[in-house]
Amino acid sequence: MDYRKARQEIVEKNKGIRDKRTTLEEAVSMINDKDHVAVGGLQYTRTPMGVLWEIIRQKKQDITFYKPLMSFEGDWLFVSGAMGKAVTSWFSGGVTWGVSKIMRTFAERDPSTFEEWSLLGLSLRFKAGAMGIPCIPTKTMLGSDLEKIRGLKRFTCPYSGEEMLLIPAVNPDVAIIHSQIADKYGNAQIFGPPCLDIETAKAASKVILTTEQIVDNEHIRDAPNSTNIPFFCVDAVVELPFGCYPHECYGRYEPAYEKLGEYGQGLLKAEDKIGFVQEYLDKYFYQPADFPEYLDLFGVRSLVEATRRGRIWPL
Amino acid sequence: MSDYNPAELTVIMGSRALQDGQIIFAGAGLPLLSAIHAQKMHAPSLAILFEVGGVAPRITSLPRSTNEARSVRRSVATPATIDMMLYLQRGFVDVGFLGGAQIDRHGNINSSCIGTLEKPKVRLPGSGGANDIASSANRVFIISYHEKRRFVEKVDFVTSPGFLEGGQAREKTGLMGGGVEKVITNLGIMEFDKNSRSMTLTAVHPGITEEEVREKTGFELPVAEDLKTTTPPSEEELRSLRALDPEKRYLKAGDF
Amino acid sequence: MPRSYKELREVIENKDRGLREKVMSLTEAIHLIQDGDHVAAGGCHYSRTPMAAIWELIRQKKKDLVYSRSISSTEGDLLLVAEATKHVITSWFSPGVTWGVSRAMRHYIQEKLAIYEEWSHMSLGLRYRAGAMGIPFIPTRVMLGSDLFPRLPELKEMECPYTGEKLALVPALNPNVAILHTQRCDPYGNVQSEGLPFMDQDIAGASDKVIITTERIISNDQVRRSPDRTSIPFFQVDAVVEVPYGCLPHECYGYYEPDFSHMDYYVKLMMGKGPEGVKEYLDQYVYAPESWTDYLEMLKFGDILRATTDGRSVYND
Repeated sequence: MDYRKARQEIVEKNKGIRDKRTTLEEAVSMINDKDHVAVGGLQYTRTPMGVLWEIIRQKKQDITFYKPLMSFEGDWLFVSGAMGKAVTSWFSGGVTWGVSKIMRTFAERDPSTFEEWSLLGLSLRFKAGAMGIPCIPTKTMLGSDLEKIRGLKRFTCPYSGEEMLLIPAVNPDVAIIHSQIADKYGNAQIFGPPCLDIETAKAASKVILTTEQIVDNEHIRDAPNSTNIPFFCVDAVVELPFGCYPHECYGRYEPAYEKLGEYGQGLLKAEDKIGFVQEYLDKYFYQPADFPEYLDLFGVRSLVEATRRGRIWPL
Repeated sequence: MSDYNPAELTVIMGSRALQDGQIIFAGAGLPLLSAIHAQKMHAPSLAILFEVGGVAPRITSLPRSTNEARSVRRSVATPATIDMMLYLQRGFVDVGFLGGAQIDRHGNINSSCIGTLEKPKVRLPGSGGANDIASSANRVFIISYHEKRRFVEKVDFVTSPGFLEGGQAREKTGLMGGGVEKVITNLGIMEFDKNSRSMTLTAVHPGITEEEVREKTGFELPVAEDLKTTTPPSEEELRSLRALDPEKRYLKAGDF
Repeated sequence: MPRSYKELREVIENKDRGLREKVMSLTEAIHLIQDGDHVAAGGCHYSRTPMAAIWELIRQKKKDLVYSRSISSTEGDLLLVAEATKHVITSWFSPGVTWGVSRAMRHYIQEKLAIYEEWSHMSLGLRYRAGAMGIPFIPTRVMLGSDLFPRLPELKEMECPYTGEKLALVPALNPNVAILHTQRCDPYGNVQSEGLPFMDQDIAGASDKVIITTERIISNDQVRRSPDRTSIPFFQVDAVVEVPYGCLPHECYGYYEPDFSHMDYYVKLMMGKGPEGVKEYLDQYVYAPESWTDYLEMLKFGDILRATTDGRSVYND
């Protein structure tokens, strides 16, 4: 991770107020094979699923994905070849669906594909990256085997004498984030838990923002306190309703639990697990002509139910 | 007296260990059930924190994970994840309530791998926030099913530090927070010797013998001189608990 | 320079952080401050200054305080002249750009009656941030190479073991008491600030005790209906006091702008007569009134009305 290069990229890029609306396809064309891509949301909340879907469709390969709590999308990214390495603190479908067998297949065959950090440890990497410093001290991970395998350096605080671990910053090439609201300049308003998206947006060299709804800049100016990601961090804006599906978007729709359960159960029962995921990829990722056709596969009933259960008024 | 299964028994013991007015992190599954049960029974102002960013939510139906909209229902705040985790480091969190995959004699927890990380037999999901909680919470409670393969002499990988090698190792490393205070299982309750920091049996549940506990533990388990027997779950406690998980997603019979 | 790391944690671990109501009077709340405490004020310059809290702590004749704030304005003069503090930690100290350098502050600092410990604005923010994060220092590139660096002889450096870069280590700042003013707060201490957040969140996280004065106490249910508006969670707060117009003559975002007429009056008095002028001001406006409401009644309603109208206009198109 080259701090100076990362900083230079921010310095040189066009950060101005301009209309950044584009298509999913164009936005994802900014991502290259082998890039370091940070994924917003956590587990199955506010995942930028549309972007991941497009990344897989564009057959990107060998990307290092950072997602501090990883769910089934990890399976799809591994099997499609899009993900060469998962940097995360936790990788499993979800507590009720058991350990991800796909994760196990990849990580047991080649342990370097699952780079484990503690949740706070990985979060601090983004915090440091966002602050523009190369490292940040903490007590977390100290003494554990995670400290050892990550090769973290210790440091004795010269003021307090306390033994600290230094967590190295991360500045990903791209951050992909989904918000409920944004304007065309990229001012994003995330409602509910922001997870790590704010730090991630600041740490990354480029940010692709998908949003449930593009609103007028005046609406943003009406409530500036609600803006968590300012326009100058964002490079592309895509209006993508249900852009997290089948994961949830706080205040808009819940996860499609039944659909995720179908996948989870199906994977559990399948003898050829990789084959099962490849079929899933064919049906949901490669076949549909566009994102709405992908949503069609879940069906209107599923979307309506998830919306009915998940929407919050007033947001 | 009612019939209860191991999961129900363990959750109720976990619930009793929590106190009103505490600020806690509770992992998904049984720890969270214990916390919500405690709120209903004796700790109405117990405040639960979730990694995703929910502070003191009012949970009416059990969420599947601690990281979704259902888990932050009616919270008083939704801070960024990093700010949530940093409360631990600052000292605001009274109890970190964890589930254990593999636990050793000194309270270290493994949720990374069975075998070595270079050549894992089973690659487990990973730390999540468990390491952070174990590193910095003011005290840690662990809830676990009691069997030999989970209670080992030394974990294959220290994901979440308890007392490390025992004795003063935790303090010497520079970790803050009190480490593991209680391990609550379906057989009994274990605490840690003040000097050696070795897990010691301090209570058995009704109908359980110390022999059975020692037999199901994968290391020499010392027994406290004043070994207590816990009070069995009451009708009220069980009724309250069962209402929380009507589909028996967590409170099913057998291994948990 | 920073306080004992272990002691800082113990203070937090041992205090009652529970979900309980903490509403009390201004007098009771300020009793939480002891002589010799390090008191940090939220807001910045003349914006969202916890003026009522400062007014009360001067009346209670608190002494030997260390006073820290991101940027200090006229309240800093009052604290110096009242001899509540002899040690101010801040990045900039003046009534305001249009009024010139504070004659009162200059007197106390130049006559060596008090210390002005100057940090850059950002590094002071980083100090509070480290304190809130529960770490003893935070690395930065700010202040490297400036003259501030050698004048703070305790400031340490390090070489980043990952990149080899030189970094300044900004030590954590953990006040004993935070005094913060906000627009909305519930009885448990869940703070929902509007407008500029300044450093209030970090000051709250870094301090042993937190006193909140608020324009309006709202219900806990209202907080739960919009949890993402909460900037400071209840478990960091020890006292909640409802003090409408608690910042006057300074401003409170969205509610009222500064009472510029009163500020002009004060500055004229202070610049004209120096510390003597400030003493007159203290006698008349701080010691004489029996309550904060009595003090407010001394200000001109017309001026407050103008300030309120202007303050609310921030929500207009």
